[in-house]
Amino acid sequence: MVAKTITRADLTEAIYREVGLSRNESAQLVETVLDQISRALAKGQSVKISSFGSFSVRDKAQRVGRNLKTGEAVQILPRRVLVFRASHVLKDRINKAADGRQP
Amino acid sequence: MTKSQLIQTLANANPHLYLRDVERIVNTIFDEITEALAAGDRVELRGFGTFSPRQRGARTGRNPRTGEAVAVPEKALPFFRTGKELRDRLNG
Repeated sequence: MVAKTITRADLTEAIYREVGLSRNESAQLVETVLDQISRALAKGQSVKISSFGSFSVRDKAQRVGRNLKTGEAVQILPRRVLVFRASHVLKDRINKAADGRQP
Repeated sequence: MTKSQLIQTLANANPHLYLRDVERIVNTIFDEITEALAAGDRVELRGFGTFSPRQRGARTGRNPRTGEAVAVPEKALPFFRTGKELRDRLNG
């Protein structure tokens, strides 16, 4: 089976199909949802979507890394990274489907 | 922020939509992502991030309490990689 890539256009299409809004408004809503999640995360809040998963922001301390090409030591500045934890419902859903595909 | 808070914020910003339609919109988005991952596909949302399924091979694990060996079957796990724009926003 060839893996496809799903994009905003597919999410827009799904809303258009399921809810019956115009494609234009569906596209805007997809954008608003992503933007609201991003905003909360940028404020350092975590975002929990039940039966899907949670996004949380983690602080990383400063450390000394190395440029792999030159071997030179470089400072890696303290930064914030995003961590996604999939819910059990999502994990189970993926594994049940994967089992069905296995020979 | 929880899913219900997200729905509420969206409903407040779109007073012309019924609350149940806003619920369906949000659920549709996450259902589509779930279905795609279950089908082995990836979901690329530029500027936000990419969800992709990763295959973990079968291995022999151990029951930490008894030390007994247990076979852990092959499984698929969802992964998320933060998009560039969102990563910059977190550190902005």
